Amino acid sequence: MDALMVFIGAAVGAPLRYLTDRLVQSRHESDFPYGTLTVNVVGCFVLGLLTGASSAWMPLLGTGLCGGLTTYSTFSYETVRLFECREYRFAALNAVVSVVVGVGAAWLGLQAG
Amino acid sequence: MPTPADEPIDPDVDLHVPAHRAELTRTHGGVLAVIALGGGLGGVARYALSAAVPGAFGIFAINVLGSFLIGVLMVLVVDVYQAHPLVRPFLGVGVLGGFTTFSAYAVDFSWYLLLTPVCAFAAAFAGTRLVRWTL
Repeated sequence: MDALMVFIGAAVGAPLRYLTDRLVQSRHESDFPYGTLTVNVVGCFVLGLLTGASSAWMPLLGTGLCGGLTTYSTFSYETVRLFECREYRFAALNAVVSVVVGVGAAWLGLQAG
Repeated sequence: MPTPADEPIDPDVDLHVPAHRAELTRTHGGVLAVIALGGGLGGVARYALSAAVPGAFGIFAINVLGSFLIGVLMVLVVDVYQAHPLVRPFLGVGVLGGFTTFSAYAVDFSWYLLLTPVCAFAAAFAGTRLVRWTL
């Protein structure tokens, strides 16, 4: 049953990541991956909230939705590509800002949850 | 070997790439459906692996493995084969995006906060180089 909830949550989270990424990019003409940063930070905050509240919705909304909305593979690949494209400042900034703001958002969520 | 600048930086969707820009209008339902299916499958795979390897090490391994595989996938899809337009959305955005997770990593405040990005970047880089050298 939990596996089904995870499936449904992630099946919503992944397209939501794709659509959010498109929306953010359409408003920011930049090589900096604002779209991925946005979904990752939002997902960290929401998972923090759910964890802090020890929510019974964790399989659907936490493991599923937040897990599907956020991504590490995209974050890694982008950082490598920015480096390859000699956008060293963006690559370093993406790594540092994603980790610091993501962890900060998760912490805030935990406190509020 | 440097890669062309017109290749995507964001593997999920990069609006600088004409094919990515067009894919939602061209195959609207198809793209979102395969991302949803792939995301669900990737999420369940993560759930199963986290159950088998509980705690921080499981999440660490998932994120490093997924980062390696996105490197392999993107080179195969973009550089090597003229892949079907739904392959990247299904495997990259869906399966690998759903498999890996930033939120579980960030909520854990674990020993791997610094180690994960270092290993994941190295893994993504190694994935791209491995495919480029072997093909």
